[in-house]
Amino acid sequence: MAKVTLKEIAHSYTGYSENSDDYALKKLDLTWRDGGAYALLGPSGCGKTTLLNIISGLLIPTKGQVLFNDQDVTRLPTEQRNIAQIFQFPVIYDTMTVFQNLAFPLKNRGRTKDEIEPRVIELAKMLGLEKDLYTKAQHLTADAKQKISLGRGLIRKSVNAILFDEPLTVIDPQLKWELRSQLKFLHKKFGFTMIYVTHDQTEALTFADEVIVMFEGEIVQIGTPEALFERPEHTFVGYFIGSPGMNIVPCRLEGNQAMIDDHALILDKSYPDISAGAKIEIGIRPEYLRLAPPGGEGLAVNIEKVDDIGRYKIVRVGLNNRKFNVVMTELSGMTGDKASLVFDMNHTNIYVNDHLFAGDRL
Amino acid sequence: MIVKQPNQKAWFMVLPVFLVVAFSAVIPLMTVVNYSVQDTFGNNVFSWVGMDWFKDLIHSERFHAAFLKQLMFSGIILLIEVPLGIAIALAMPKKGWGVPVCLISMALPLLIPWNVVGTIWQIFGRVDIGLLGHTLASLGFHYNYTQDPVAAWITIIIMDVWHWTSLVVLLCYAGLCSIPDAYYQAAKIDGASSPAVFRYIQLPKMQRVLLIAILLRFMDSFMIYTEPFVITGGGPGNSTTFMSIDLVKMAVGQFDLGPAAAMSLVYFLVILLLCWVFYTVMSNVGEESANGGH
Amino acid sequence: MRFKWLIPAIYIFFLLLPIYWLVNMSLKTNEEILSVFTLWPRDLTFANYKVIFTDASWYSGYINSMIYVSINVVISVTLALPAAYAFSRYSFVGDKHLFFWLLTNRMAPPAVFALPFFQLYSSIGLFDTHIAVAIAHCLFNLPLAVWILEGFMSGIPKEIDETAFVDGYSWPRFFIKIFIPNIASGIGVTAFFCFMFSWVELLLARTLTAVNAKPISAIMTRTVSASGLDWGVLAAAGVLTILPGALVIYFVRNHIAKGFALGRV
Repeated sequence: MAKVTLKEIAHSYTGYSENSDDYALKKLDLTWRDGGAYALLGPSGCGKTTLLNIISGLLIPTKGQVLFNDQDVTRLPTEQRNIAQIFQFPVIYDTMTVFQNLAFPLKNRGRTKDEIEPRVIELAKMLGLEKDLYTKAQHLTADAKQKISLGRGLIRKSVNAILFDEPLTVIDPQLKWELRSQLKFLHKKFGFTMIYVTHDQTEALTFADEVIVMFEGEIVQIGTPEALFERPEHTFVGYFIGSPGMNIVPCRLEGNQAMIDDHALILDKSYPDISAGAKIEIGIRPEYLRLAPPGGEGLAVNIEKVDDIGRYKIVRVGLNNRKFNVVMTELSGMTGDKASLVFDMNHTNIYVNDHLFAGDRL
Repeated sequence: MIVKQPNQKAWFMVLPVFLVVAFSAVIPLMTVVNYSVQDTFGNNVFSWVGMDWFKDLIHSERFHAAFLKQLMFSGIILLIEVPLGIAIALAMPKKGWGVPVCLISMALPLLIPWNVVGTIWQIFGRVDIGLLGHTLASLGFHYNYTQDPVAAWITIIIMDVWHWTSLVVLLCYAGLCSIPDAYYQAAKIDGASSPAVFRYIQLPKMQRVLLIAILLRFMDSFMIYTEPFVITGGGPGNSTTFMSIDLVKMAVGQFDLGPAAAMSLVYFLVILLLCWVFYTVMSNVGEESANGGH
Repeated sequence: MRFKWLIPAIYIFFLLLPIYWLVNMSLKTNEEILSVFTLWPRDLTFANYKVIFTDASWYSGYINSMIYVSINVVISVTLALPAAYAFSRYSFVGDKHLFFWLLTNRMAPPAVFALPFFQLYSSIGLFDTHIAVAIAHCLFNLPLAVWILEGFMSGIPKEIDETAFVDGYSWPRFFIKIFIPNIASGIGVTAFFCFMFSWVELLLARTLTAVNAKPISAIMTRTVSASGLDWGVLAAAGVLTILPGALVIYFVRNHIAKGFALGRV
């Protein structure tokens, strides 16, 4: 078990470069505490797999250091780092039995049979693989194969961290839940540091204590699932998390008024220090918007579409050309296609050049 | 796998292939069968001799010798080309400019007409005008493939290695390329040594293409005709008279249709039988190595 | 492992050495070949190539080979396409036996078939025609084509067919408009291997031809003239038989690996 520290890590696949556009992974600093469960969340190509490979030692970063418990492992080969990795597709040794698969990492490290056997059997029981121990791994289902890959990581008692690279991609939806809860159980029991890469927000949010959201090679926010939802620090987090994502609309600021085109919205904060020419946007989650009968407080909008998705409805409204999604449970008292859109000021954020800008409360 | 629908009309799609192949295979084969049970004295006069030619053949020294020679040749070829092919495929680059260079230059010998392959090596090995023969001679070796049976065999084997190892290489390389990177990464994490990576990842994944490579190499080396015919003409003596050469000599040269036909059939059946044996043994080995162990 | 590249490098050197020697010889005069041993042509000459390009009995050999190889590739691919489709999509009485029987023909030694072929094609008046050689080569190329194409087609999801039929495509229109573009690289690989095996075969091609359709490889066996063996011309003819193959490899190099990867060659 180990604390994992990344010091000013950056990586470019084309070698050292001064141009930051060449970097698949831009400078980042991170510390993961021992025994924590972390999720790296982001779209394909955001650099999360690159980061994972740097931690596992399959890649040596162009710049920066990787520390395990304050020991520099940046240049240490994978097999000496004592980590485990579970891949997107189950990686098993086809010609071996489940037993041999689980025993393989220990055998390679020269352990004796007497050491290996009880350990394998104990672990197989925990993973629910004991009845398949002597079948050829090739013939098992995808979820059992993923358990084997996980088992090959857990078999070594001293493993520093276990890395998961979208491990549930090929698992049937109903089994995903089961596997996820088993993973949580094992994590509690063994207390290993767990780093979980995914592009699926539900997976990341249900699984991790802390989620690291990445976008274009940079970390845009680190936080608990709640923080990501309540206070996205970057417009990308707003878009990416939540379904539907945050409403983000360009605006101008005049004192404590946000001008969306020529509609004024009165804010509860002022934003004095914004440099001229910056891109300013207003962002609010659909859950914090409300529709009132037309003519009341709020902005006059047209209702364009209502999607009923069971527990709630998603209403799409237009403020001229600006569109907003509103999540509501009831559309009572609404007649016709006119309504007025009410913002919950506690959850209305201003973004300057895509980053959250804290204003002065009035 | 695709679940196949029963559909008898599919026969109509297969029919043209069936007819053309049947025309090219069944009619000639019937002719051969017909000859094999008759004797002829020319002028299209035939007489029934039943199984006599087969009996003669089974007991003929010439056939035994040719058969053993053929087996030995195929055996040597497989023993050299398969390990060599695997080794080269393992060492080939996986990306970059080296890949097309390797693929193109390695595929080249496969596309040279077989008699030209023979001609190339005939010239290359000649003591007077060939680079190989001349160099060996000037180094003091008594190398002359037209007189020395051992030299003739070595020349033909090297030629076959030159001609066909690439097929094994390309097949194995394709097999290796289809292994996802994750396997190698997992092996690193599990601390596997490179022999273990070969034994537990690369070899199992190559098994299928390797089977095809061995079958093809076995079949084609067992049927070899053109190249040794061009290089040595079967000589010196009968030392490189392989079965196909013997057969053509008998049928076209001596016009012994009956014995030649009987030999053809036995030859064909032997190839089928050996291929079947190879196939079953190799598939079983694959299964067993997987089921064995603990 | 730093010197791993040496293995393929040495192997390629070994492959290219005899070819280099052939090219070297083809650029020398016969006198130079026989009198001195030189690693480079001392008097560079293209006379040997000129002989081949001006003498009809030489260059017609190339044309003949090209004609029957092309006919064979066209026949093999067009007939194999529907057959491979049937094998990959439907089950029918005797399908497995038929498939296996087709493959056994790949194992038939051409030497076995040489004489019966000669008699068969003579009796139907096709002896010494391009079509005879092309059909004879179908013996091993058609099974091969069916086998390779079946591999590619099995990789195409069946939903593509079903969607097209639901959309109202007739089978022939679906096959030509939708299916064939989907397996284009498979067809390329198949054509490549049919070309290859037809181009390199000599025994049947020589047996079935006399004058009009005689392939270049057979013509090469008769370079003995009054003045002895004409090595220079022989070498030049050899070099010219390598070129078409080299060109074909160059064009299909990216598809070949794919074809091999399916393990169907």
